[in-house]
Amino acid sequence: MITIEEIKEKIEKSIPNSDAEIINERNDGMHFKAIVKSSSFKGKGLLEQHRMVLDTVAEELKRNLHSLSIETHEE
Amino acid sequence: MDKKIKEQIDKLIKSSKVFMFMKGTPEEPMCGFSAKAVEVLNNGKIKFETFDVYSDEDVRAGIKEYSKWPTIPQIFINGKFIGGSDIIVALAEKGELKKLVGS
Repeated sequence: MITIEEIKEKIEKSIPNSDAEIINERNDGMHFKAIVKSSSFKGKGLLEQHRMVLDTVAEELKRNLHSLSIETHEE
Repeated sequence: MDKKIKEQIDKLIKSSKVFMFMKGTPEEPMCGFSAKAVEVLNNGKIKFETFDVYSDEDVRAGIKEYSKWPTIPQIFINGKFIGGSDIIVALAEKGELKKLVGS
């Protein structure tokens, strides 16, 4: 099992100037949503922005994180 | 990755302007994210073809390597990887999906 805090920390540590809000959508510890705001998304396409977030939890997605829905905002 | 699988995927994504690897079929999606992507394309009246990754384990594993994207569904437009369900939803909301399909 992975926690909201662990996901938040992973994202915020890896993406400069980022602020991540994590929601456990079904309250099951498996399906999460990340709403990430960061100035480092500026000038990047959606695919690249989502990849940046996915990369931070790549290992977890193979093991204990079933799904991470992503919303990115340039800020 | 396996050459045969790569060729199969190459062929599939070129078979239709909009192509999606999904779980299940557009009529019977087997996962909420695949269902969401189908809904977005249908709402935009966008024609697309699909491949059910549950029908072929090699393609299911291969497509993740091909696009370097860890999850299903995966949408391709004009043979180019566009993203998964979140990206399709965001593109549709921004009105950019139609532009991509129209190009």
